[in-house]
Amino acid sequence: MSDSILQLTDVKTHFPITRGFLVKRHIGTVKAVDGVNLTVRRGEVLGLVGESGCGKSTLARTILQLVPTTGGTVVLNGRNLATSSDRELLAARRDLQMVFQDPYASLNPRMTVFATLAEPLLVHRVCAPEDVAARVAELMRLVGLAPRFMQKYPHEFSGGQRQRIAIARALALEPKVIVADEPVSALDVSIQAQILNLLAQLTKKMNLTLIFIAHDLSVVKHISDRVAVMYLGKIVELGLAADVIERPRHPYTRALVSAIPTPNPDTERTRQRIVLAGDPPSPINPPAGCAFHPRCAYAQAQCKLAAPALVADGPTREVACVRLADLP
Amino acid sequence: MPLLNVQDLRTHFHTRNGVYRAVDGVSFSVERGETLGIVGESGSGKSVTCYSIMGLIPQPPGRIVSGTAFFDGIDLLHCSPRQARSIRGKRVSMIFQDPMTSLNPFLRVSEQIIEPLLIHENISRRDALARALTMLEAVGINDAAKRIHYYPHEFSGGMRQRVMIAMALITKPELLIADEPTTALDVTVQAQILELIGKMQRELGMAVIFITHDLGVVSGLCDRVQVMYAGRIVETADTRTLFKDPRHPYTRALQRSIPALQSKGAELYTIPGLPPDVSKNIPGCAFAPRCEFATDRCTAANPELLELDATHAQACLRVQAGETLART
Repeated sequence: MSDSILQLTDVKTHFPITRGFLVKRHIGTVKAVDGVNLTVRRGEVLGLVGESGCGKSTLARTILQLVPTTGGTVVLNGRNLATSSDRELLAARRDLQMVFQDPYASLNPRMTVFATLAEPLLVHRVCAPEDVAARVAELMRLVGLAPRFMQKYPHEFSGGQRQRIAIARALALEPKVIVADEPVSALDVSIQAQILNLLAQLTKKMNLTLIFIAHDLSVVKHISDRVAVMYLGKIVELGLAADVIERPRHPYTRALVSAIPTPNPDTERTRQRIVLAGDPPSPINPPAGCAFHPRCAYAQAQCKLAAPALVADGPTREVACVRLADLP
Repeated sequence: MPLLNVQDLRTHFHTRNGVYRAVDGVSFSVERGETLGIVGESGSGKSVTCYSIMGLIPQPPGRIVSGTAFFDGIDLLHCSPRQARSIRGKRVSMIFQDPMTSLNPFLRVSEQIIEPLLIHENISRRDALARALTMLEAVGINDAAKRIHYYPHEFSGGMRQRVMIAMALITKPELLIADEPTTALDVTVQAQILELIGKMQRELGMAVIFITHDLGVVSGLCDRVQVMYAGRIVETADTRTLFKDPRHPYTRALQRSIPALQSKGAELYTIPGLPPDVSKNIPGCAFAPRCEFATDRCTAANPELLELDATHAQACLRVQAGETLART
């Protein structure tokens, strides 16, 4: 279980900001992902949380090489995807698939379910043309859809059913790793539960590795083995899901956890909430040193000097805070 | 006498595909200073209920088929347009879900905030601007003197929602209707906005109707909650009772499908099937087809919202008959 399948080393994804129509001038850089080190173990569910703009979706797209990497390496099964050719990437994508947030936008409205699910099978030649229909039916049953809906178009399905189609498409090639970018945040609570159960079952059954991105911490805690918390392009805390969310150590994780409203009127009214002031800073001009220091209650002069690295805090946890030892 | 008393409200939409009974016989009341939460999944009619009260239903295709909504003795659904205008935006205000689309992008926020004042109060522009400035400071916008002249795109999502709140509260309304005001925001910003709404409510002593699908938000903010399903209220109770002792099968199923209330890793309860199509005439209880306790009786008679005790009412026939619905 503990051997790694995906290693990210110092991954950086920067986007240039240019101005001008004919003569483009470079006026700045958005450091969406800025030095992420992460090892994903075979068969685990890794939750990735953070607020909008913290770079979690860009990190997902970087892992799949849907955006070019500025620096660092993404190693899947011993092969560095950041420097792979297109042909090598095509092969790698048999092992690495993605499920997107919005099932209304991620399915082609002009393709039937059959066409959507058959496409990866034909592109990667994993299935003889005469066996495609049987395989598509099998995939649909796997995600809990009746194969008789094969010739329907996405608009004939509800949001939850569409997300099932998107999951079936990602599973078509029997990948080893699936990156799911907020797969349930566009869905209603009762539908969300169905999709979460499905993902949990499938990861167990097919021994999948799942990178699950969400901003809803209770969802992440429910499904994940480990959780990584991101703030402004960097991971600030990484550890076992229950530890990180029930006993957060980094000041940002503490604030994030305390901001979630809990569905229990008794505790909700009396508990102490840490309300952060202001908005997350812009990744164009991140604060010097620790990016969280302007909003941090424990910040000192040393926090403005250098960006803290992730350091081990106990056997299973890593935290990026220089004042960790002084925190209550 | 309650501040707002809605009786038997029915709002239907007449479309080419039939009549959508979005709100189908809803009765409730709001006392002065009280916070009422309306919870339900998308399509349950929670927003349409409030849009009907505010006179924001486009007619056609919408039609308010029956019902009364008495606000301080005036029926908002049947009064003259002139009378409605003197209440709307002055004594009843509304904030919307999406702060990106509910502000006019072509007008400076100063113009938008003083508009209700200029319409409803005999006040000079200069005095109105002075009050707008105080209001912006009260909702926590730093450097308000400068930023009051900005355009909406120059604010972040959380800041825009603060501008919306300032605009809604500048006339010191007696009732504020908040339609999912934090759904589009990050959790840390959501915590700020919820805190702000609570603070403004204490200062102005206004009543609040808070529409949301997040039971966590409800538990911290609301005195009383009503749960809607397919255009009807299925259960209403004070917040503590609703969470501790939910009676209606839908409320119970909803609570069992939230990850935050379940132990980690356990399979979440899922409500089978999909929400009903409100364009069809639903005989009996709308939840019966998805309900694990449904009997023949449930689809035969239309259940009414009956009181269990002074503060708790629900619309399940079997609970009303005194049966205990134990999970099988």
